[in-house]
Parts: sequence; C-alpha cells; structure tokens
Amino acid sequence: MKIGTPKEVREGENRVAMTPDSARQLQKLGHDCAIESGAGIAAGFTDEAYTEAGVEVIKTGAQLYKAADIVAKVRPPTDTEAKRLRKDQILISFFWPAQNEEQMKTIAEKGASVLAMDMVPRISRAQKMDALSSMANIAGYRAVIEAGNNFGRFFTGQITAAGKVPPAKVLVVGAGVAGLAAIGTSTSLGAITYAFDVRPEVAEQVESMGAEFVYLDFEEAQTDGAKTGGYAAPSSPEFREAQLAKFRELAPDVDIVITTALIPNREAPELWTEDMVKAMKPGSVIIDLAAEKGGNCKLTVMDERVVTDNGVVIIGYTDFPSRMATQASTLYSTNIRHLMADLTPEKDGVVNHNMEDDVIRGVTVTHGGEVTFPPPAPKVNAIAAQKPKEKVKELTPEEKRAKEMAAFKAQTKNQVTLLGVGAALVLSVGLVAPASFMQHFIVFLLAVFVGFQVIWGVAHSLHTPLMAITNAISSIIILGALMQIGSGSMLITVMAALAVFMAGINIFGGFLVTRRMLAMFQKS
Amino acid sequence: MDFGFTIAAYAVAAVLFILSLGGLSGQESAKRAIWYGIVGMAIAVVATMIGPGTGLWLLSLVLIAAGGLVGYQLATRVQMTQMPELVAIMHSLVGLAAVFVGLNAHLEMVRVAEAFAEAGLAFPRLEEASLEAMAFAERFSGFAAIAAKKTAVEITILKVELMLGIWIGAVTFTGSIVAYGKLAGKVDSAAKKLPGGHVLNATAAGLSLLVAVLYLGGAGVWSLIVLTVLALFIGYHLIMGIGGADMPVVVSMLNSYSGWAAAAIGFSLSNDLLIVVGALVGSSGAILSYIMCKAMNRQFVSVILGGFGGPQGPAAEMEGEQVAIDVDGVANALNEADSVIIVPGYGMAVAQAQQSVSELTQKLRAKGKNVRFAIHPVAGRLPGHMNVLLAEARVPYDIVMEMDEINEDFPDTDVVIVIGSNDIVNPAAQDDPNSPIAGMPVLEVWKAKQVFVSKRGQGTGYSGIENPLFYKDNTRMFYGDAKASISGLLPKIE
Repeated sequence: MKIGTPKEVREGENRVAMTPDSARQLQKLGHDCAIESGAGIAAGFTDEAYTEAGVEVIKTGAQLYKAADIVAKVRPPTDTEAKRLRKDQILISFFWPAQNEEQMKTIAEKGASVLAMDMVPRISRAQKMDALSSMANIAGYRAVIEAGNNFGRFFTGQITAAGKVPPAKVLVVGAGVAGLAAIGTSTSLGAITYAFDVRPEVAEQVESMGAEFVYLDFEEAQTDGAKTGGYAAPSSPEFREAQLAKFRELAPDVDIVITTALIPNREAPELWTEDMVKAMKPGSVIIDLAAEKGGNCKLTVMDERVVTDNGVVIIGYTDFPSRMATQASTLYSTNIRHLMADLTPEKDGVVNHNMEDDVIRGVTVTHGGEVTFPPPAPKVNAIAAQKPKEKVKELTPEEKRAKEMAAFKAQTKNQVTLLGVGAALVLSVGLVAPASFMQHFIVFLLAVFVGFQVIWGVAHSLHTPLMAITNAISSIIILGALMQIGSGSMLITVMAALAVFMAGINIFGGFLVTRRMLAMFQKS
Repeated sequence: MDFGFTIAAYAVAAVLFILSLGGLSGQESAKRAIWYGIVGMAIAVVATMIGPGTGLWLLSLVLIAAGGLVGYQLATRVQMTQMPELVAIMHSLVGLAAVFVGLNAHLEMVRVAEAFAEAGLAFPRLEEASLEAMAFAERFSGFAAIAAKKTAVEITILKVELMLGIWIGAVTFTGSIVAYGKLAGKVDSAAKKLPGGHVLNATAAGLSLLVAVLYLGGAGVWSLIVLTVLALFIGYHLIMGIGGADMPVVVSMLNSYSGWAAAAIGFSLSNDLLIVVGALVGSSGAILSYIMCKAMNRQFVSVILGGFGGPQGPAAEMEGEQVAIDVDGVANALNEADSVIIVPGYGMAVAQAQQSVSELTQKLRAKGKNVRFAIHPVAGRLPGHMNVLLAEARVPYDIVMEMDEINEDFPDTDVVIVIGSNDIVNPAAQDDPNSPIAGMPVLEVWKAKQVFVSKRGQGTGYSGIENPLFYKDNTRMFYGDAKASISGLLPKIE
C-alpha cells in the first residue's frame, strides 16, 4: 500500500511524520512511500533526501491524498484535510477523539479509518509506538532549555573569583514522562531539582533521576496508578489543599517552575495559583506544559510568553516538540513505523486491520463506517498493581548499639553451647574408647577445627580451585593403599595396586588442573 | 625403617597441606599454595614408602607414574567449561580407592587372625599380651603389623572405622558418577527417584546398619560386600533425586564425603596424616556446601534429600511480552553507556563465549567505560565457575565482583548484559512468595537503566521457572547463541 505524508498545514508546525530513514524501513514492510514536496524542509529533510530513500515526491497535498492509501501526519486533520479522505483510506495522526467528536463522526460516515496516535494503550508491547511519550520526552527536555533561555542565571552553583553564584532551584510538578525528562535535564545542568506528583509511587523514579521528591504531610489512601493506566486521577479537595499549601511554601524559594500536570480528557488542574506567582522572585520562570489544556497556572496564555507585573516570565508554548523538529520527527516517524509494522505482520505491504489486537483496537477511532471510540479496556493491565511498601525504619544509634549487643550475646551463647555440646561428646567418647583411639581422635578434631578456620578465609572467586586442590589432596588415600600393597595376599595386592593407580590419576590430575586455573588469574 | 622419621615427615606434610588450603585466601598467594600442596603430597608418599609401606616399591612407582600420565592427559585436555565434570569424576576415584583400601584392611585383619590361630596364639591380643605373641606380631609389616598389635576393643573400633570408610567411599563413588553424568549432560538433569523415593534410601540405610551390626558380631566378608552394594545404591539414588540446578552443592558435598572417607580409613590404619588431610578436605567441602546453600537460601538437608521442591502455590502470571533487540540496538546502547555490568551464567560457559566477552570488555574499557562483572555465588555449575572461565579468558579479576559488592550499584548502571543466566537474576525471588526460588538472593539487574538478556531463545532456564525480568520494560531480549551474539557486537563498538 502507499503511505503518504502531507505537509503539516498548521502554522508553526515543523514536524513531519515520515523521514528518509523511516521510509526505508516502511519499504521493507512492503509499502510504497510518498511525500508532499517540501514537507520535511522545516525538520531538516530535503526532497532530495527523500527521493534518494526511494520516496515519491508529490507536488501538492491534494494529489497526495488522492494517491495514498494511508495518510500519516502529525497534527489532527483540519476540516479541509478531513474532507479529502475517502472510503477505506487510513489516516494516522494525533486526533484527540474526545474533543473532536464531530469530525470523527463525519470521517466515520465517509468510511475512512482513523488511527489516533494519542490513543496508543499504555502497555509494554505498545511502548514502541507511544508517540505521546516520545513527544513528552522532548517537551520535558525543551521546557528546561527554554526556561534556561529565559532565566538570567546559571543552573549550577559556582564559586568563582568574581563571586559566588547560587544554584538555580527548579520545581517540576507532575512526574510523568515529560516531568521525568525535565528532571533529568535540569539535574544534569546542575540545578537543585524538586519534583511533585500526586502518585506517591513515582517518588522512586523521581529520586532515581536525581531530584528530591516533595512529600506532603497528608494521609490518604494511595491512588493506584495502575488503575488509570499510569496517568494521574483527580484528587480529593483536602489533598488539593495540602498540595497547594506546600507549593505556597516553596514558591518564594524556587527560580523555575515547570508544570506538566494533565489528567486524561479533562481540563488541566490549577496548581500554581496567582498568589504563588506573586510570591516568586522577579526573574523567575514558569513553563506551563499544560497550556494547551488551559494551563496549570491561570496566568498562562497559550502559545505566548508573558511577563507578570512582578517580573515573572510565564511561558505557555505548546509546540515544544516542534521546536526540536528534527529530533521530534525522527521519533514520531519511528513510532508510526512501529505501528505500521504491527498493521502489516506479514511484511507484504497488505494492511491487516486486526480489531482483536489490543493495540490496534485501541488506536482505531473510526473503522468500517463506524465510530469505534472509546475502545474497551485493554486485556492486559499496563502496570502491575502497586504493593504497599514497607518502610524500613531508620535505627537510632542506641537501637543499633542494642541490636549489635544482642547479636553479640546471641553469638556468644551459640558458641558456648556448641563448645559445651562438643566437649561433652568428646568426653563421652573418651569414657569408652581406648587411649590409642583417643590419640587419633584428638588429631582428627584438631584437623577439622583447623579446616573450618582456614576455609572460611578462602576467597569466593577461588572456590573452584579450592575444590580442585582438595580433590587432589584427598588422594592422600594413596598412603593407605601403599601400606597394604606389599601384603602377602594376591587379592589385597591387586586391590591396593588399583587404589594406588586411581589415586595417582587424582594427584596429578588435581594439581595440574588447579595450577592451570590459578595461572589464569591475573590483575589488570 | 624408623617410624619416627615418618611421623616427622607427616607433620611437615600436614602443615604444608594446611598452608596450601589457607593460601587460597588470595589470588596471588594461591599460586604459592599449590606448590605447598604438591610438595606436601610428595613428602607424604615418599615417607610412607620408606616408612610403614610394605615393599613392592617399583610396582608402586610404576602405578603412580601410570596414574600420573592419565591424570596429566585429563588435566591438560579438559576444557575449562568441563571443570565441574572433571572434579566430579575425580571424586569418584577417591571414593573407589577408599572402598578398596577399606576392604583390604579387613582382608589383612583376617589374614593376621589366621596366622595367629595357626601359631596357636590368641587374637585379638589380650590386655596383658605374652612375649611370644609380641614377638610373633613383629613378623608382620605395614598395616598388618598395626592390626597384629590391637586389643579386642581396638579391633571393634577398627571394624567400625573401616565400615564407615567403605560406606562413605561407596556413596561417594556412585554419587560422583551420577553427578558427572548430570553435569556432562549424559544423564537427564531433572530430579528423578525410583518409586518409593526416600523410603528406599531409608531402607537401604537401615539395612546398612543391620549388616554393620552383623559384621561387628563376627559375620564374614560377605557382610562388608553387602554393605558396599547398599552404599553404592544409596549414592546413586540420592544424587539421581537431586535436580541439576543443585549440582554445585552436590559436587562440594561429595568432595566433603571423599574427605571423611579418607579420615575414616586413616583411623583404621592408625595413620595420622590420612586423618588430618581427610578432616581438612571433609570440613572444607562441608563449608563450601553450606556457603552455597546459604547463597541459594536453601536448607542443606532439603537440597540433599531431593531437588527443587514443586512450587508451593500458583506462580504469578506473566504479563506483557518479551521484546527482542538486534545487534545494532545493543551496540548503540553500549556505545552510549558509561557504566556497564556483565552478568554471566552457565549459558556463557555452554556457548564458550568467555573469549568474546573478554574482548568486548577490553574494547569497552579502552573507551574509558566502567565495565564490571557481577558474579552470583551459584552462577554456573560449581562454586567459582564463572571466575575460572573469566580468568581463562584473561578478564582482570579486580573488575569481577561478588553479588554483595555490586548489588547496590545497579541503579547507577546504564547497561546490564545478562549472558546465559536466568534464576540468579529472577526478580520473582524477591516479589513472588509462591515462586520456587522465593527468598533466594538475586542480582538486582532490573534496577539498571537498560538490561539486555542474551539468551538462546524464549523459554525457561535450567530450573524451569518463569523469569519476569524478561518482560520488564527496560529489558530487551538479545536472542541467539551467546558467542555469536557477543562476537557480532565487537565490530560495532566504536
């Protein structure tokens, strides 16, 4: 089938849904590729590069829509674009079906299928096509860079000959993919980074990225991220109050705030209120990644940079991925390529629209003339249910000391008991056995004791040589055979001779192998 | 020949053996330790031959030389990956030798008794032996001389010791052969029992005891032979019932047995050096087994009495799927990584991939990356197996870490490569109380940023336990023969 990618019509959109690289991969699946002339220019891919990759370059968008069986693009279709779709044509793009019901209906009536890249279910198998995550990753990174651009200081603290520079303090609200990417970028630039999320289970992830998780002084049953597919759910009013109080406390202190809090299919919650903005120092920066959904800060203006009266910069850009068009296009086109790979399992260029498949069912919002949104819940749970975590209690020095004392006492008790029992046993043996036996017995006991003492010290990595050498040494049994070999009886001599022979094998074999092994150990 | 000299030589040999074992506490001193062992053995053999030994020197020397030749061939030909098998089969030799020596001791004793009877003297000798009897005893040499001077109580003790030696030796013999078969893949490694299971073992043990009592009561050589057969059966059946995954413990346990057998024989022959060395080997094997059982969080008794028990409840269901990755993907990740940890397992040994792994390590280290190896205590089929293989491939040993040393570093690691190990990186041991390996300490590889698992194909490993690691989001499966996979990576590391 022919996959065509038109130029993005929305102003300021630099991304493109197909790159020369992804086109090559798509062709391996048996598909033909086409692109509208100039579609990749803004993302740094020339028409020549596409031609070289075997992509047909088509002059206009209208022609492309006619020629292609599958249209892959980035932004949701405009009404003009939607009109161009025909029966059985497939459109792959972001679609936001919940907000676009009318358009979805008209497209369904036309009989075209729409695969919404924003509907990829959050299961492990579908991660490779999860465009929301790959775009959020870019947005998070870019948000920090953008903040740095608008912030008049270093991120790292420095002590220079020209004076001391305090490190920037960054607060990231919402530790989803974008939030975590922002945390990673911010910490690697050297800022002190705090992060908050309503899902306490992400604290571990936050801390793993090097940021400090802001805990609330609030007791509430944990919201289980697993139930909502890893997204946040709305929180109770009490919880919200506690959260805002915490933010108010932080506001005068932080230099940069990056908010990424989104709840699926809802307006973004207000988390950074006006009074918090007022409390911030002049020159501080707020990056509102939720601007498209109304913003986590009510002063945010979508797609604008505003400066408040007290000198706080609020950035409400919604096109962060587009600002890094080359990177974003590479990732997005790879997501599309993976989706196509799932759609053409035979790699023969024929699309098998398998509605039984969790992932394909999930992304399909119109198919066969019908609206198929919302999809049923996926059969596989995205994330394993959280187990309540047991807190490891920090021990106070006294407790530690007490514990050590107890352990020491227990150890002493153990040793004394063992010694006592051992001594009693030896004594009772001594009562019955003759002295000649006891002489040997003492030697035996001492040897066992020495053996125990010595072997504990053997390095773990040398356990195999130890076994080989003990194996060699255990052929000391040869002494017994040597003492018997000269006996009068033929039978005894033969058996003793066999024993000598076998022990001989063991002595030489064992020592040689040990030597071979040890010779190999070397220091770098 | 003067026995005082022999005993002095024995003392020297014993000290040398102790130093030889103690020297293994460090890699450098170990090279010296082996020489202590060799010299000790030489002194012991020479001292015995000129001391209490009984002639036929030439034959003895020829036999030792012939055995040495065979041993030399074995030791130089064997692949390092076949070490476990070699050690196991050599144990069986010690076991069999102990059986022979034990039987001989009995025959000698009978011979001495007959000689005494012919001369019309009492045997065993009375508490107050007549001068005549003392003089008669002087006619014997070697072990017979010792037996000839024993009193009745001493003879009874001698019989007990000799039975112990034979019994342990026989168990070691068949047990080692089965262990060898399992390790070499010649016997099915799954735990197998004849119908009756432990009852059979218990019956055999009970019969052994009965026969032992009969023997003490004066029964002839037949009772010893029955005892030997029973012990042979126990050795066979006991080890057959232990699954392949527990073989490391079994090998070191058999090592321990061969030591105890030698010690028991030492008692019956009144040879202190045999006792000392037997006890050293016995305790060392016992400690090794204990260390390994601890590493696997298993009870020693339950290992010995039969394999991996079945799962105690339904194991957690697996979710998601295993995501595969190709050579380029792994190479990219490695090129970008700063810190890499390699977790080798038995699969690396099977595929003989250690050379490629070593080369990969050198290349990555040349790039200034921090490459380390994480070795689980039970990785491979005998303790320290991986260390030996890596050493063979000339991986510097100071970057080879133990589990406890490195487990905390996984969260800060960019890439973990798991090569042919399964259970030792199975998170179910920590998360799933129903898993058969629940509670076993494991390497927490899944905490690293990315994990690549080099594996022959889908499916469970040696122990047949599902591994949730393979389904984790940060895990990618790098299917294929480990050697081919790693070699394929080499040209792509730049």
